Amino acid sequence: MKPSHVVALGGAGAVGFALLLMLLTHGAGFPLLAPSGSVGISERDLMVRTVYLMLIVVIPVIILAIFIAWHYREGNTKAAYTPNWEHSKMEEFIWWSIPFEIVLVLSAVTWSGTHELDPMKALVSTQPPLTVQVVALPWKWLFIYPEQGVASVNELALPVNRPVEFRITADAPMNSFWIPALGGQMYAMTGMTTMLHLMAPTAGNFTGRSANYSGAEFAQMSFTARAMDQSDFDAWVAQAKQAEALSSGTYSSLRVPSDAGPVRYYGSVDMTFADILDLYMPMRMDMTMPMGSSMMHHP
Amino acid sequence: MFGILTSAAFIHGPIETGGQLVVVLGGVSVLLLLTFTKRWKWLFREWLMSLDAKKIGIMYLVLAGLMLVRGGIDALMMRGQQAIAVGAGSGYLSPDHFAQVFSAHGVIMIFFVAMTFMFGLINCILPLQIGARDVAFPLMNSISFWLTATGAILLNLSLVVGEFAATGWLAYPPLSELAYSPGVGVDYYIWALQIAGIGTLLAAVNFIVTIVKERAPGMTLMRMPIFVWTVLASMLLVLFAFPILTGTLAMLSLDRAIGMHFFTTTLGGNAMMYVNLIWAWGHPEVYILILPAFGIFSELVPVFSQKRLFGYTSMVVATMVITILSFGVWVHHFFTMGAGANVNAFFGIATMAIAIPTGVKVFNWLFTMFRGRIRYTTPMLWFMGFLFTFILGGMTGVLMSVPPVDFQLHNSLFLVAHFHNMVIGGVLFGYFAGLAYWFPKIFGFGLHEALGKLAFWLWIVGFAVAFIPLYILGLMGMTRRLDFVDAASGYHPLLVVALVGACIIALAVSVQFFHFLVSLRERKHRKDSSGDYWGGRTLEWSTSSPAPLYNFAHIPHVHGRDAFWRMKEKGESGREGPYEDIMLPKNSAIGLFIAGFAFLFGFGMVWHMWWMLPVSLLGIFVTILVRSFATETEYVVPAAVVARTEAHHHPV
Ligand code: HEM
Ligand SMILES: [Cu+2]
Repeated sequence: MKPSHVVALGGAGAVGFALLLMLLTHGAGFPLLAPSGSVGISERDLMVRTVYLMLIVVIPVIILAIFIAWHYREGNTKAAYTPNWEHSKMEEFIWWSIPFEIVLVLSAVTWSGTHELDPMKALVSTQPPLTVQVVALPWKWLFIYPEQGVASVNELALPVNRPVEFRITADAPMNSFWIPALGGQMYAMTGMTTMLHLMAPTAGNFTGRSANYSGAEFAQMSFTARAMDQSDFDAWVAQAKQAEALSSGTYSSLRVPSDAGPVRYYGSVDMTFADILDLYMPMRMDMTMPMGSSMMHHP
Repeated sequence: MFGILTSAAFIHGPIETGGQLVVVLGGVSVLLLLTFTKRWKWLFREWLMSLDAKKIGIMYLVLAGLMLVRGGIDALMMRGQQAIAVGAGSGYLSPDHFAQVFSAHGVIMIFFVAMTFMFGLINCILPLQIGARDVAFPLMNSISFWLTATGAILLNLSLVVGEFAATGWLAYPPLSELAYSPGVGVDYYIWALQIAGIGTLLAAVNFIVTIVKERAPGMTLMRMPIFVWTVLASMLLVLFAFPILTGTLAMLSLDRAIGMHFFTTTLGGNAMMYVNLIWAWGHPEVYILILPAFGIFSELVPVFSQKRLFGYTSMVVATMVITILSFGVWVHHFFTMGAGANVNAFFGIATMAIAIPTGVKVFNWLFTMFRGRIRYTTPMLWFMGFLFTFILGGMTGVLMSVPPVDFQLHNSLFLVAHFHNMVIGGVLFGYFAGLAYWFPKIFGFGLHEALGKLAFWLWIVGFAVAFIPLYILGLMGMTRRLDFVDAASGYHPLLVVALVGACIIALAVSVQFFHFLVSLRERKHRKDSSGDYWGGRTLEWSTSSPAPLYNFAHIPHVHGRDAFWRMKEKGESGREGPYEDIMLPKNSAIGLFIAGFAFLFGFGMVWHMWWMLPVSLLGIFVTILVRSFATETEYVVPAAVVARTEAHHHPV
């Protein structure tokens, strides 16, 4: 096959493949590219900005590579040929400085973006944050609302436009708490608390799930995050209040490894988040956490 | 006597039984074949006991090929499961079995395909490239190989007896602790890696010493081929990184075997420590693999561009900068573990910094091709394939090194696509390029070019069809390691496409094996009688193909870079008489014995057969003791035999 045929075939194949992929993903959701949450949107913007910055270098390099690969093929005897040329201070200086500069710009973007989107940082809002305590269980999610005194399994209710402060732990192997449409994830680990702030500007149902493999029925560890108006949220709380209590007895059956099971509600919370953390802290130690870390023992 | 091993360890579901049958029948048929063809003695004498680096290299390559098939079957099983499993419980694999498959796949591909393939090429080529007769410690070389093979055997034995870890390839606690993984799977994981890991560490010591001490006269550091530089860098990384792995796994095994609490949450242990340690090894590990691939490209791009390598010094500096930086970026694997913004930003920026020397390498390759005369042979095609896939993988890597972006992409299929992009498009393509390039040197005959190119195109297309959907699925929010998806998620169609891609790759691998067979059958007229199959520049091409036992009749004298190129320009061959006697190491079964005892040790640890531990340790000790009294470990190849061999290969 002639090289030009290879190129034509490759081009046609790539276009066909792209069309096929577009067809197959038609109507599917892209929570990372079109997120709903304010944090997710900022993270998406950062992602897009990073890609553009890289393309400034990558596109010329690809064009250069294609040109060199084609022009200096053996068959093209018209092309220049300098078999012993091996060194050029100027050119090498340029090769080092191009990636250096782009990385410098990216570093600045990274530094500011990382601080701005620090999951620990409270979100700016006129409303005070709502605290939700998240417990990863095998293989289900428990959400405790300490201010409201209710809890639920595999259903997360959130008032629209109000920042939410998640405090996350696990009573299970390590999991990761992730609602792609709202924003990035955070690990859930036994005996300690990690923190994540998210906010849903509009009402809607979003899929959340564990992103870190945690055992056999890991694939079932998904839940629905339901962003709703304040009045709907109040109604949701009132309805949850009707349910049984989250006693240490109900909790012990909940923590037994099992399928996700149905959505459940608890009208009061006797087994608190602190109690769950304490399961792993028989000798409470106040370890000073390593520099820059945010792990807290108790809320 | 049998510890916790009972007959229950042999009994599984139907699919596992299939796996058992394949392993057992495969093993038995090899044994029978050897017996009927009366090849046992030959096998031991010529291969298993050989201390010749070239033969040990070929054994590494064979092991890597076998493991590629095993890991590939695992991959097809996973792709098959995800392509049919819509809704809980709808696949053909149980969730636990699915987890064992993805864990085994990762471990096999990294340790027993990539690492093993790498050591195969290094053994076959590195001594030749530096003009040495052998490695510094030939016996230790054999021990390294056999310990690696023992790790592979132990891992595959878990298919037949017991089970494998269901934890993922890095076995994060607490999932890998006794509380959540009470079976023997994690123990198989630990001991397969411990034993293979020690083999790897010994091999690194061996090659570092070989490079430092055994170079031909005149080959200063700055005259070494770039492949030698990258191997040196990679082996230094092994030297510093593998002890971390060994220590980490040792602590995990203490947790599991005698109830310690290094990584449990209770009693002061901390799983985050494990996550840090395993990545302090794990990130350097990916550079251990990629650096020699960079080295291979730096060898073949000049040869096929018929031009000197552009920017040698830059290449060396870039390699060393990567080596150092790769120890300072491990946190990018867990930005989401709760570290503060300063820590995350620091490690994110350190990660990006690696893109600088990597970018320099890309430019230097391109400017080696610039104003060259590029011959698109199979090795060069692998390089071109690498170049474009690697640019994509590098971009996605840099993207994920921005912590807030990684919060979204971490643990998604986007991440899975990134590292396959690097490990397939970078590491594997690099080694395939190396194999195609050095095949005539290793085996004495060239490969069927058209079939080689066909395999390449199938790989490239299969790679795109298998992994581009994964990038898209990641952006759709799909996480890794799911044994089923929900119909409403919209993931299913792309998973079917990915399965098609995996099948294309399987076809590519079959074509590769077929093309070895075809070339073997036609070896007479594909013979590399000059020893310089491609018009090479470095010393390995100055000796015959395959290289004689003693590599070089005369140790070459090196006067500059591209030593063989210079010799050719001056019209020297370096092979003329008179010849001298040459001392070579005798065969030895010590490696087999040590590996055998190591196997018993590992098996005893897995199944709690405690009596095996002192027995095997004593066995290793006695083996070493006996060997230390051996005085006649070398034999002489008389000058007359050298003369005859040279005359045979190079009739004047
Ligand atoms: C420009 C160079 C590279 C950059 C910037 C980069 C960046 C990253 C980052 C940030 C992650 C973590 C992502 C996450 O877990 O969310 C990652 C994961 C990974 N990368 Fe790269 N990478 C680069 C090159 C490579 C190379 C050369 C290899 C292999 C030879 C490689 C193999 C991997 C693997 C195996 C993983 C993760 C495996 C796992 O989580 O199981 N990367 N890379
Ligand atoms: Cu890394």
